Amino acid sequence: MIRDITIGQYFPMDSVVHRMDARFKINITLIFLVMLFWGQSVAALAAGLIFVVTATALSKIPPKMIVKSLKPIVPILIITGVLNLFLLDSGKVYFEWGILKITESGVQTSVFMIARMCLLIAGTSLLTYTTSPIVLTDAIEALLSPLKKLKLPVHELAMMMTIALRFVPTLIEETEKIMAAQKARGADLESGNIIQRAKALVPILVPLIVSAFRRADELALAMECRCYHGGEGRTRLRELKSAPRDYIALGVTLLMLAAVITVNAILN
Amino acid sequence: MPVLEAKDLTYTYSIGSPFEKTAVDHIDLAVEPGEFVGIIGHTGSGKSTLMQMMNGLLQPTSGKVLLDGKDIWEKGTDRRAVRFKVGLVFQYPEYQLFEETVYKDIAFGPTNMGLDKDEIDRRVRETAKIVGLSDDLLEKAPYALSGGQKRRVAIAGVMAMEPKVLILDEPTAGLDPRGRTQILSQIAAFRKSSGCTVMLVSHSMEDVAKYVSKLLVLSRAKVVCYDTPANVFARGDQLSEIGLALPQVTRIFHGLAERGVHVPEEVYTVKFGAEQLLSLLKGGKADDT
Repeated sequence: MIRDITIGQYFPMDSVVHRMDARFKINITLIFLVMLFWGQSVAALAAGLIFVVTATALSKIPPKMIVKSLKPIVPILIITGVLNLFLLDSGKVYFEWGILKITESGVQTSVFMIARMCLLIAGTSLLTYTTSPIVLTDAIEALLSPLKKLKLPVHELAMMMTIALRFVPTLIEETEKIMAAQKARGADLESGNIIQRAKALVPILVPLIVSAFRRADELALAMECRCYHGGEGRTRLRELKSAPRDYIALGVTLLMLAAVITVNAILN
Repeated sequence: MPVLEAKDLTYTYSIGSPFEKTAVDHIDLAVEPGEFVGIIGHTGSGKSTLMQMMNGLLQPTSGKVLLDGKDIWEKGTDRRAVRFKVGLVFQYPEYQLFEETVYKDIAFGPTNMGLDKDEIDRRVRETAKIVGLSDDLLEKAPYALSGGQKRRVAIAGVMAMEPKVLILDEPTAGLDPRGRTQILSQIAAFRKSSGCTVMLVSHSMEDVAKYVSKLLVLSRAKVVCYDTPANVFARGDQLSEIGLALPQVTRIFHGLAERGVHVPEEVYTVKFGAEQLLSLLKGGKADDT
Protein backbone atom coordinates (compact mmCIF):
# COMPACT_ATOMS: atom_id res chain seq x y z
CA MET A 1 0.00 0.00 0.00
CA ILE A 2 2.64 2.51 1.11
CA ARG A 3 4.99 1.09 -1.49
CA ASP A 4 2.77 2.54 -4.22
CA ILE A 5 4.02 6.03 -3.49
CA THR A 6 6.55 6.74 -6.22
CA ILE A 7 7.02 10.48 -5.70
CA GLY A 8 10.67 11.14 -4.99
CA GLN A 9 11.63 7.57 -5.73
CA TYR A 10 14.94 7.01 -7.43
CA PHE A 11 15.24 4.25 -10.00
CA PRO A 12 18.92 3.47 -10.51
CA MET A 13 19.88 2.62 -14.11
CA ASP A 14 22.78 3.30 -16.38
CA SER A 15 21.53 5.70 -19.02
CA VAL A 16 22.27 9.02 -20.68
CA VAL A 17 19.52 10.70 -18.71
CA HIS A 18 20.87 9.34 -15.42
CA ARG A 19 24.33 10.65 -16.23
CA MET A 20 23.12 14.15 -17.12
CA ASP A 21 23.99 17.11 -14.92
CA ALA A 22 21.21 17.43 -12.38
CA ARG A 23 21.20 21.24 -12.65
CA PHE A 24 20.37 20.93 -16.33
CA LYS A 25 17.75 18.30 -15.63
CA ILE A 26 15.98 20.61 -13.19
CA ASN A 27 16.10 23.52 -15.64
CA ILE A 28 14.88 21.34 -18.48
CA THR A 29 12.01 20.09 -16.31
CA LEU A 30 11.08 23.69 -15.50
CA ILE A 31 11.10 24.62 -19.20
CA PHE A 32 8.99 21.54 -19.89
CA LEU A 33 6.45 22.72 -17.31
CA VAL A 34 6.32 26.22 -18.82
CA MET A 35 5.85 24.64 -22.23
CA LEU A 36 2.95 22.50 -20.98
CA PHE A 37 1.13 25.43 -19.43
CA TRP A 38 1.86 27.91 -22.18
CA GLY A 39 0.67 25.58 -24.87
CA GLN A 40 -3.00 25.96 -25.74
CA SER A 41 -3.04 23.67 -28.72
CA VAL A 42 -3.03 19.97 -29.42
CA ALA A 43 0.35 20.55 -31.02
CA ALA A 44 1.73 21.70 -27.65
CA LEU A 45 0.45 18.55 -25.98
CA ALA A 46 1.97 16.49 -28.77
CA ALA A 47 5.29 18.22 -28.16
CA GLY A 48 5.01 17.41 -24.46
CA LEU A 49 4.19 13.80 -25.27
CA ILE A 50 7.18 13.52 -27.59
CA PHE A 51 9.36 15.02 -24.84
CA VAL A 52 8.16 12.50 -22.23
CA VAL A 53 8.33 9.49 -24.57
CA THR A 54 11.83 10.36 -25.82
CA ALA A 55 13.15 11.06 -22.33
CA THR A 56 11.64 7.83 -20.98
CA ALA A 57 13.14 5.82 -23.82
CA LEU A 58 16.56 7.41 -23.28
CA SER A 59 16.40 6.86 -19.52
CA LYS A 60 15.67 3.13 -19.85
CA ILE A 61 13.04 3.49 -17.11
CA PRO A 62 10.34 0.85 -17.70
CA PRO A 63 7.20 2.65 -19.01
CA LYS A 64 5.32 0.69 -16.34
CA MET A 65 7.00 2.85 -13.69
CA ILE A 66 5.79 6.02 -15.41
CA VAL A 67 2.24 4.68 -15.44
CA LYS A 68 2.64 3.77 -11.77
CA SER A 69 3.60 7.36 -10.96
CA LEU A 70 0.21 8.47 -12.33
CA LYS A 71 -1.70 6.23 -9.96
CA PRO A 72 -1.84 8.57 -6.93
CA ILE A 73 -3.30 11.44 -8.99
CA VAL A 74 -6.16 9.43 -10.50
CA PRO A 75 -8.72 10.96 -8.06
CA ILE A 76 -7.53 14.47 -8.97
CA LEU A 77 -7.75 13.59 -12.66
CA ILE A 78 -11.30 12.34 -12.26
CA ILE A 79 -12.43 15.41 -10.29
CA THR A 80 -10.85 17.82 -12.79
CA GLY A 81 -12.25 15.90 -15.71
CA VAL A 82 -15.79 15.78 -14.33
CA LEU A 83 -15.81 19.44 -13.23
CA ASN A 84 -14.61 20.67 -16.60
CA LEU A 85 -16.98 18.35 -18.40
CA PHE A 86 -20.10 19.71 -16.72
CA LEU A 87 -19.25 23.27 -15.80
CA LEU A 88 -18.19 24.64 -19.15
CA ASP A 89 -20.99 25.40 -21.52
CA SER A 90 -20.26 26.76 -24.90
CA GLY A 91 -20.24 25.21 -28.31
CA LYS A 92 -22.28 22.27 -29.44
CA VAL A 93 -24.41 20.52 -26.80
CA TYR A 94 -23.96 16.74 -26.79
CA PHE A 95 -26.10 15.86 -23.82
CA GLU A 96 -28.49 17.66 -21.52
CA TRP A 97 -30.28 16.45 -18.39
CA GLY A 98 -31.69 19.00 -15.95
CA ILE A 99 -28.88 21.34 -15.05
CA LEU A 100 -26.25 18.89 -16.28
CA LYS A 101 -24.96 19.71 -19.70
CA ILE A 102 -22.12 18.27 -21.69
CA THR A 103 -20.83 20.57 -24.40
CA GLU A 104 -18.15 20.54 -27.00
CA SER A 105 -15.90 22.92 -25.08
CA GLY A 106 -16.42 20.91 -21.88
CA VAL A 107 -15.27 17.69 -23.51
CA GLN A 108 -12.33 19.43 -25.15
CA THR A 109 -11.17 21.18 -22.01
CA SER A 110 -11.49 18.15 -19.75
CA VAL A 111 -9.57 15.89 -22.14
CA PHE A 112 -6.97 18.63 -22.55
CA MET A 113 -6.58 19.15 -18.79
CA ILE A 114 -6.29 15.44 -18.05
CA ALA A 115 -3.67 14.96 -20.75
CA ARG A 116 -1.76 17.99 -19.51
CA MET A 117 -1.73 16.75 -15.90
CA CYS A 118 -0.64 13.25 -16.91
CA LEU A 119 2.26 14.73 -18.88
CA LEU A 120 3.11 17.02 -15.98
CA ILE A 121 3.39 14.16 -13.50
CA ALA A 122 5.13 11.83 -15.96
CA GLY A 123 7.71 14.49 -16.84
CA THR A 124 8.49 15.47 -13.27
CA SER A 125 8.57 11.83 -12.10
CA LEU A 126 11.26 11.25 -14.70
CA LEU A 127 13.40 13.84 -12.94
CA THR A 128 13.25 12.03 -9.60
CA TYR A 129 13.40 8.57 -11.16
CA THR A 130 16.68 9.41 -12.86
CA THR A 131 18.31 11.58 -10.21
CA SER A 132 19.28 10.36 -6.77
CA PRO A 133 17.84 12.57 -4.02
CA ILE A 134 21.29 13.59 -2.79
CA VAL A 135 22.37 14.80 -6.23
CA LEU A 136 19.03 16.49 -6.69
CA THR A 137 19.39 18.60 -3.56
CA ASP A 138 22.99 19.38 -4.47
CA ALA A 139 21.72 20.72 -7.76
CA ILE A 140 18.97 22.72 -6.09
CA GLU A 141 21.55 24.20 -3.77
CA ALA A 142 23.74 25.10 -6.74
CA LEU A 143 20.82 26.70 -8.58
CA LEU A 144 19.72 28.67 -5.54
CA SER A 145 23.22 29.74 -4.52
CA PRO A 146 22.83 33.28 -5.95
CA LEU A 147 20.29 33.79 -3.15
CA LYS A 148 23.09 33.39 -0.61
CA LYS A 149 23.89 37.04 -1.29
CA LEU A 150 20.48 37.87 0.17
CA LYS A 151 21.54 36.07 3.36
CA LEU A 152 19.21 33.19 2.62
CA PRO A 153 20.51 29.98 4.31
CA VAL A 154 20.56 28.05 1.04
CA HIS A 155 22.94 25.34 2.21
CA GLU A 156 20.98 24.72 5.39
CA LEU A 157 17.72 24.49 3.44
CA ALA A 158 19.30 22.05 1.01
CA MET A 159 20.69 19.99 3.89
CA MET A 160 17.26 19.87 5.49
CA MET A 161 15.79 18.68 2.22
CA THR A 162 18.50 16.06 1.81
CA ILE A 163 17.83 14.74 5.28
CA ALA A 164 14.08 14.74 4.78
CA LEU A 165 14.38 12.87 1.47
CA ARG A 166 16.95 10.49 2.92
CA PHE A 167 14.57 9.52 5.70
CA VAL A 168 11.43 8.99 3.62
CA PRO A 169 12.28 5.35 2.82
CA THR A 170 13.51 4.77 6.36
CA LEU A 171 10.28 6.03 7.83
CA ILE A 172 8.22 4.05 5.33
CA GLU A 173 10.10 0.94 6.36
CA GLU A 174 9.63 1.82 10.01
CA THR A 175 5.90 2.38 9.51
CA GLU A 176 5.56 -0.99 7.83
CA LYS A 177 7.45 -2.66 10.64
CA ILE A 178 5.32 -1.04 13.33
CA MET A 179 2.14 -1.84 11.42
CA ALA A 180 3.21 -5.46 11.13
CA ALA A 181 4.05 -5.62 14.81
CA GLN A 182 0.72 -4.16 15.89
CA LYS A 183 -1.12 -6.42 13.44
CA ALA A 184 0.69 -9.33 15.07
CA ARG A 185 -0.98 -8.24 18.30
CA GLY A 186 -4.35 -8.21 16.59
CA ALA A 187 -4.62 -4.52 15.69
CA ASP A 188 -7.38 -4.14 13.14
CA LEU A 189 -6.47 -1.48 10.58
CA GLU A 190 -8.79 -2.40 7.79
CA SER A 191 -12.32 -2.34 9.14
CA GLY A 192 -14.63 -0.13 11.18
CA ASN A 193 -15.96 3.39 10.75
CA ILE A 194 -13.87 6.55 10.47
CA ILE A 195 -13.55 7.07 14.22
CA GLN A 196 -12.52 3.47 14.82
CA ARG A 197 -10.01 3.68 12.02
CA ALA A 198 -8.56 6.91 13.36
CA LYS A 199 -8.24 5.30 16.78
CA ALA A 200 -6.54 2.29 15.22
CA LEU A 201 -3.81 4.65 13.97
CA VAL A 202 -2.70 5.58 17.50
CA PRO A 203 -0.69 2.38 18.03
CA ILE A 204 1.17 3.19 14.81
CA LEU A 205 1.61 6.95 15.04
CA VAL A 206 2.84 7.10 18.62
CA PRO A 207 5.81 4.73 18.14
CA LEU A 208 6.51 6.29 14.73
CA ILE A 209 6.75 9.83 16.10
CA VAL A 210 8.80 8.70 19.07
CA SER A 211 11.21 6.94 16.75
CA ALA A 212 11.42 9.94 14.41
CA PHE A 213 12.53 12.08 17.33
CA ARG A 214 15.00 9.45 18.44
CA ARG A 215 16.47 9.30 14.94
CA ALA A 216 16.69 13.08 14.71
CA ASP A 217 18.52 13.15 18.02
CA GLU A 218 20.96 10.45 16.98
CA LEU A 219 21.57 12.07 13.61
CA ALA A 220 22.24 15.48 15.15
CA LEU A 221 24.71 13.91 17.52
CA ALA A 222 26.44 11.97 14.76
CA MET A 223 26.72 15.11 12.63
CA GLU A 224 28.18 17.07 15.49
CA CYS A 225 30.66 14.30 16.23
CA ARG A 226 31.92 14.73 12.69
CA CYS A 227 32.22 18.48 13.17
CA TYR A 228 29.47 19.45 10.77
CA HIS A 229 29.15 23.22 10.87
CA GLY A 230 27.10 24.22 7.86
CA GLY A 231 27.89 25.35 4.37
CA GLU A 232 30.84 27.68 4.66
CA GLY A 233 34.05 26.23 3.25
CA ARG A 234 32.53 22.82 2.69
CA THR A 235 33.77 20.89 -0.33
CA ARG A 236 31.97 18.13 -2.13
CA LEU A 237 32.68 14.51 -2.83
CA ARG A 238 30.82 14.71 -6.14
CA GLU A 239 31.11 17.95 -8.06
CA LEU A 240 28.35 18.69 -10.52
CA LYS A 241 29.81 18.71 -14.02
CA SER A 242 28.13 19.60 -17.26
CA ALA A 243 28.90 17.90 -20.56
CA PRO A 244 27.98 18.66 -24.20
CA ARG A 245 24.96 16.35 -23.94
CA ASP A 246 23.50 18.64 -21.27
CA TYR A 247 23.68 21.66 -23.57
CA ILE A 248 22.20 19.66 -26.44
CA ALA A 249 19.26 18.54 -24.28
CA LEU A 250 18.72 22.07 -23.02
CA GLY A 251 18.88 23.41 -26.58
CA VAL A 252 16.34 20.90 -27.86
CA THR A 253 13.95 21.67 -25.02
CA LEU A 254 14.27 25.42 -25.59
CA LEU A 255 13.56 24.90 -29.29
CA MET A 256 10.43 22.95 -28.39
CA LEU A 257 9.32 25.78 -26.11
CA ALA A 258 9.93 28.31 -28.87
CA ALA A 259 7.93 26.18 -31.30
CA VAL A 260 5.02 25.92 -28.87
CA ILE A 261 5.03 29.68 -28.29
CA THR A 262 5.10 30.32 -32.04
CA VAL A 263 2.20 27.94 -32.67
CA ASN A 264 0.27 29.73 -29.94
CA ALA A 265 0.94 33.12 -31.50
CA ILE A 266 -0.12 31.91 -34.95
CA LEU A 267 -3.35 30.36 -33.62
CA ASN A 268 -4.29 33.56 -31.85
CA MET B 1 0.58 -33.78 13.66
CA PRO B 2 2.83 -30.72 13.37
CA VAL B 3 1.34 -27.57 14.87
CA LEU B 4 2.94 -25.34 12.27
CA GLU B 5 4.12 -26.35 8.84
CA ALA B 6 5.69 -24.68 5.84
CA LYS B 7 5.26 -26.37 2.48
CA ASP B 8 7.42 -25.33 -0.44
CA LEU B 9 7.33 -21.78 0.90
CA THR B 10 8.76 -18.97 -1.21
CA TYR B 11 8.81 -15.21 -0.78
CA THR B 12 10.18 -12.71 -3.28
CA TYR B 13 10.47 -9.00 -2.51
CA SER B 14 9.80 -6.24 -5.09
CA ILE B 15 8.97 -8.53 -7.98
CA GLY B 16 9.69 -6.85 -11.31
CA SER B 17 11.93 -4.07 -10.00
CA PRO B 18 15.74 -3.91 -9.96
CA PHE B 19 15.55 -4.65 -6.23
CA GLU B 20 13.91 -8.06 -6.73
CA LYS B 21 15.16 -10.57 -4.17
CA THR B 22 14.05 -14.00 -3.09
CA ALA B 23 14.28 -14.05 0.69
CA VAL B 24 12.77 -17.48 1.26
CA ASP B 25 13.37 -20.09 -1.38
CA HIS B 26 11.15 -23.23 -1.43
CA ILE B 27 11.40 -24.03 2.26
CA ASP B 28 9.77 -27.07 3.89
CA LEU B 29 9.47 -27.16 7.64
CA ALA B 30 7.38 -28.98 10.24
CA VAL B 31 7.26 -27.91 13.86
CA GLU B 32 5.87 -30.43 16.35
CA PRO B 33 3.78 -29.22 19.33
CA GLY B 34 5.77 -28.29 22.42
CA GLU B 35 9.04 -28.08 20.59
CA PHE B 36 11.60 -25.32 21.24
CA VAL B 37 13.03 -24.51 17.82
CA GLY B 38 16.07 -22.34 17.37
CA ILE B 39 16.47 -20.63 14.01
CA ILE B 40 19.92 -19.58 13.08
CA GLY B 41 21.41 -17.96 10.03
CA HIS B 42 23.23 -14.92 8.78
CA THR B 43 21.74 -11.48 8.28
CA GLY B 44 19.72 -11.74 5.08
CA SER B 45 19.35 -15.50 5.22
CA GLY B 46 15.56 -15.13 5.29
CA LYS B 47 14.88 -15.77 8.98
CA SER B 48 12.66 -12.75 9.58
CA THR B 49 10.75 -13.15 6.31
CA LEU B 50 10.07 -16.81 7.09
CA MET B 51 8.80 -15.90 10.57
CA GLN B 52 6.46 -13.23 9.20
CA MET B 53 4.94 -15.76 6.84
CA MET B 54 4.39 -18.21 9.68
CA ASN B 55 1.75 -15.98 11.28
CA GLY B 56 0.17 -14.65 8.12
CA LEU B 57 1.66 -11.16 8.10
CA LEU B 58 3.27 -11.77 4.74
CA GLN B 59 1.48 -13.65 2.04
CA PRO B 60 3.82 -16.20 0.46
CA THR B 61 4.70 -15.73 -3.20
CA SER B 62 4.13 -19.45 -3.51
CA GLY B 63 3.73 -22.40 -1.18
CA LYS B 64 1.63 -22.93 1.91
CA VAL B 65 1.67 -22.33 5.64
CA LEU B 66 -0.36 -24.85 7.63
CA LEU B 67 -1.52 -24.17 11.18
CA ASP B 68 -2.95 -27.32 12.78
CA GLY B 69 -3.03 -28.78 9.30
CA LYS B 70 -5.09 -25.93 7.83
CA ASP B 71 -3.83 -23.57 5.14
CA ILE B 72 -3.86 -20.08 6.70
CA TRP B 73 -4.34 -18.42 3.31
CA GLU B 74 -7.33 -20.55 2.40
CA LYS B 75 -10.43 -18.51 1.60
CA GLY B 76 -12.50 -17.74 4.66
CA THR B 77 -9.70 -18.16 7.17
CA ASP B 78 -9.66 -15.48 9.84
CA ARG B 79 -6.07 -14.24 9.69
CA ARG B 80 -6.46 -12.28 12.89
CA ALA B 81 -7.30 -15.50 14.71
CA VAL B 82 -4.18 -17.03 13.16
CA ARG B 83 -2.08 -14.20 14.59
CA PHE B 84 -3.51 -14.78 18.05
CA LYS B 85 -2.52 -18.43 17.80
CA VAL B 86 0.91 -17.73 16.39
CA GLY B 87 2.31 -14.85 18.44
CA LEU B 88 5.20 -13.00 16.85
CA VAL B 89 7.63 -10.79 18.73
CA PHE B 90 9.56 -8.60 16.29
CA GLN B 91 13.14 -7.45 16.50
CA TYR B 92 13.58 -4.53 18.89
CA PRO B 93 9.94 -4.85 20.00
CA GLU B 94 10.37 -2.04 22.54
CA TYR B 95 9.86 0.46 19.71
CA GLN B 96 6.23 -0.61 19.34
CA LEU B 97 5.09 0.39 22.81
CA PHE B 98 2.51 3.15 22.61
CA GLU B 99 0.11 3.05 25.55
CA GLU B 100 0.14 5.36 28.55
CA THR B 101 0.93 2.57 30.99
CA VAL B 102 2.77 -0.72 30.88
CA TYR B 103 -0.41 -2.47 31.96
CA LYS B 104 -2.43 -1.12 29.03
CA ASP B 105 0.32 -1.99 26.58
CA ILE B 106 0.48 -5.61 27.67
CA ALA B 107 -3.33 -5.68 27.57
CA PHE B 108 -3.43 -4.47 23.93
CA GLY B 109 -3.27 -7.97 22.41
CA PRO B 110 -5.73 -9.65 24.80
CA THR B 111 -8.12 -6.68 24.39
CA ASN B 112 -8.03 -7.12 20.63
CA MET B 113 -8.94 -10.76 21.20
CA GLY B 114 -12.15 -9.58 22.81
CA LEU B 115 -11.52 -11.18 26.19
CA ASP B 116 -13.38 -10.03 29.29
CA LYS B 117 -11.81 -7.72 31.84
CA ASP B 118 -10.98 -10.31 34.50
CA GLU B 119 -9.32 -12.59 32.00
CA ILE B 120 -7.25 -9.70 30.62
CA ASP B 121 -6.24 -8.71 34.13
CA ARG B 122 -5.19 -12.26 34.95
CA ARG B 123 -3.12 -12.56 31.78
CA VAL B 124 -1.42 -9.18 32.16
CA ARG B 125 -0.40 -9.90 35.75
CA GLU B 126 0.69 -13.45 35.01
CA THR B 127 2.87 -12.59 32.04
CA ALA B 128 4.28 -9.52 33.79
CA LYS B 129 5.37 -11.88 36.56
CA ILE B 130 6.93 -14.32 34.13
CA VAL B 131 9.06 -11.61 32.53
CA GLY B 132 9.98 -10.22 35.93
CA LEU B 133 8.10 -6.92 35.93
CA SER B 134 7.02 -5.92 39.41
CA ASP B 135 3.49 -4.66 40.10
CA ASP B 136 4.53 -1.05 40.64
CA LEU B 137 6.02 -0.94 37.11
CA LEU B 138 2.64 -1.82 35.58
CA GLU B 139 1.25 1.65 36.22
CA LYS B 140 4.29 3.47 34.84
CA ALA B 141 4.59 4.92 31.36
CA PRO B 142 6.56 2.59 29.08
CA TYR B 143 8.91 5.40 28.10
CA ALA B 144 10.02 5.77 31.70
CA LEU B 145 11.48 2.25 31.75
CA SER B 146 14.98 1.09 30.90
CA GLY B 147 15.73 -0.55 27.55
CA GLY B 148 15.74 -4.07 28.97
CA GLN B 149 12.50 -3.49 30.86
CA LYS B 150 10.81 -2.11 27.74
CA ARG B 151 11.89 -5.19 25.81
CA ARG B 152 10.31 -7.40 28.45
CA VAL B 153 7.08 -5.39 28.40
CA ALA B 154 6.88 -5.89 24.63
CA ILE B 155 7.52 -9.63 24.92
CA ALA B 156 4.89 -9.90 27.68
CA GLY B 157 2.44 -8.15 25.34
CA VAL B 158 2.64 -11.08 22.93
CA MET B 159 2.82 -13.74 25.64
CA ALA B 160 -0.41 -12.35 27.13
CA MET B 161 -2.26 -13.52 24.02
CA GLU B 162 -1.32 -17.04 25.16
CA PRO B 163 -0.44 -18.19 21.65
CA LYS B 164 -0.05 -21.84 20.71
CA VAL B 165 3.19 -20.97 18.99
CA LEU B 166 5.39 -18.13 20.20
CA ILE B 167 7.87 -16.80 17.66
CA LEU B 168 10.58 -14.42 18.79
CA ASP B 169 12.82 -12.62 16.31
CA GLU B 170 16.15 -11.98 18.03
CA PRO B 171 14.67 -11.18 21.43
CA THR B 172 18.13 -10.66 22.93
CA ALA B 173 19.61 -8.35 20.28
CA GLY B 174 21.49 -5.46 21.81
CA LEU B 175 21.23 -6.64 25.40
CA ASP B 176 24.10 -7.31 27.80
CA PRO B 177 24.90 -10.96 28.68
CA ARG B 178 22.91 -10.74 31.88
CA GLY B 179 19.83 -9.37 30.16
CA ARG B 180 20.20 -12.06 27.51
CA THR B 181 20.16 -15.00 29.90
CA GLN B 182 17.35 -13.36 31.83
CA ILE B 183 15.07 -13.04 28.82
CA LEU B 184 15.93 -16.48 27.48
CA SER B 185 15.21 -18.18 30.78
CA GLN B 186 11.95 -16.24 31.07
CA ILE B 187 10.94 -17.48 27.63
CA ALA B 188 11.81 -21.02 28.70
CA ALA B 189 9.73 -20.54 31.86
CA PHE B 190 6.77 -19.31 29.84
CA ARG B 191 7.04 -22.34 27.57
CA LYS B 192 7.02 -24.62 30.58
CA SER B 193 4.00 -22.99 32.24
CA SER B 194 1.90 -22.57 29.09
CA GLY B 195 3.04 -25.62 27.18
CA CYS B 196 3.34 -23.61 23.98
CA THR B 197 5.69 -24.19 21.09
CA VAL B 198 8.52 -21.68 20.82
CA MET B 199 10.50 -20.63 17.77
CA LEU B 200 13.47 -18.44 18.52
CA VAL B 201 15.43 -16.60 15.86
CA SER B 202 18.95 -15.76 16.84
CA HIS B 203 22.39 -15.49 15.44
CA SER B 204 24.10 -16.42 18.63
CA MET B 205 24.86 -20.13 18.80
CA GLU B 206 25.49 -19.82 22.54
CA ASP B 207 21.98 -18.49 23.09
CA VAL B 208 20.15 -21.21 21.25
CA ALA B 209 22.35 -24.14 22.23
CA LYS B 210 21.30 -23.89 25.84
CA TYR B 211 17.54 -24.01 25.38
CA VAL B 212 16.37 -25.43 22.10
CA SER B 213 15.30 -28.97 21.30
CA LYS B 214 15.69 -28.51 17.56
CA LEU B 215 17.77 -26.24 15.41
CA LEU B 216 16.94 -24.88 11.98
CA VAL B 217 19.91 -23.53 10.06
CA LEU B 218 19.19 -21.19 7.16
CA SER B 219 21.57 -19.89 4.57
CA ARG B 220 20.80 -17.87 1.46
CA ALA B 221 17.05 -18.35 1.72
CA LYS B 222 17.33 -22.14 1.98
CA VAL B 223 17.31 -24.72 4.78
CA VAL B 224 20.78 -26.13 5.48
CA CYS B 225 19.61 -28.50 8.17
CA TYR B 226 16.84 -29.03 10.68
CA ASP B 227 17.85 -31.36 13.48
CA THR B 228 18.68 -31.65 17.17
CA PRO B 229 21.45 -29.32 18.34
CA ALA B 230 23.79 -32.27 18.86
CA ASN B 231 23.39 -33.43 15.28
CA VAL B 232 23.66 -29.92 13.92
CA PHE B 233 26.81 -29.11 15.86
CA ALA B 234 28.32 -32.40 14.77
CA ARG B 235 28.45 -30.83 11.31
CA GLY B 236 30.80 -28.09 12.41
CA ASP B 237 32.64 -27.92 9.10
CA GLN B 238 29.46 -27.32 7.15
CA LEU B 239 28.44 -24.60 9.59
CA SER B 240 31.72 -22.75 9.28
CA GLU B 241 31.41 -23.03 5.52
CA ILE B 242 28.29 -20.86 5.62
CA GLY B 243 29.96 -18.54 8.08
CA LEU B 244 28.39 -19.70 11.33
CA ALA B 245 30.54 -20.54 14.32
CA LEU B 246 29.92 -23.33 16.80
CA PRO B 247 29.35 -22.30 20.42
CA GLN B 248 32.63 -21.36 22.08
CA VAL B 249 32.44 -24.21 24.55
CA THR B 250 31.91 -26.74 21.74
CA ARG B 251 34.96 -25.39 19.96
CA ILE B 252 37.01 -25.79 23.14
CA PHE B 253 35.97 -29.41 23.45
CA HIS B 254 36.69 -30.10 19.78
CA GLY B 255 40.13 -28.59 20.36
CA LEU B 256 40.69 -30.76 23.41
CA ALA B 257 39.64 -33.87 21.52
CA GLU B 258 42.03 -32.98 18.69
CA ARG B 259 44.84 -32.80 21.19
CA GLY B 260 44.03 -36.30 22.37
CA VAL B 261 42.07 -35.53 25.51
CA HIS B 262 39.24 -38.02 26.01
CA VAL B 263 36.23 -35.75 26.09
CA PRO B 264 32.88 -36.04 24.34
CA GLU B 265 32.58 -33.80 21.29
CA GLU B 266 28.87 -33.06 21.57
CA VAL B 267 29.23 -30.46 24.32
CA TYR B 268 27.27 -27.31 23.67
CA THR B 269 26.38 -25.84 27.03
CA VAL B 270 28.87 -24.45 29.50
CA LYS B 271 27.22 -26.33 32.34
CA PHE B 272 27.55 -29.72 30.70
CA GLY B 273 31.10 -28.90 29.66
CA ALA B 274 32.08 -27.95 33.19
CA GLU B 275 30.62 -31.23 34.52
CA GLN B 276 32.58 -33.18 31.93
CA LEU B 277 35.83 -31.44 32.80
CA LEU B 278 35.25 -31.89 36.53
CA SER B 279 34.59 -35.60 36.25
CA LEU B 280 37.63 -35.89 34.03
CA LEU B 281 39.80 -34.16 36.62
CA LYS B 282 38.34 -36.16 39.51
CA GLY B 283 38.56 -39.40 37.62
CA GLY B 284 42.33 -39.25 37.78
CA LYS B 285 44.83 -38.25 35.18
CA ALA B 286 44.78 -41.53 33.36
CA ASP B 287 42.70 -39.99 30.56
CA ASP B 288 44.90 -36.97 30.23
CA THR B 289 47.60 -38.14 27.89
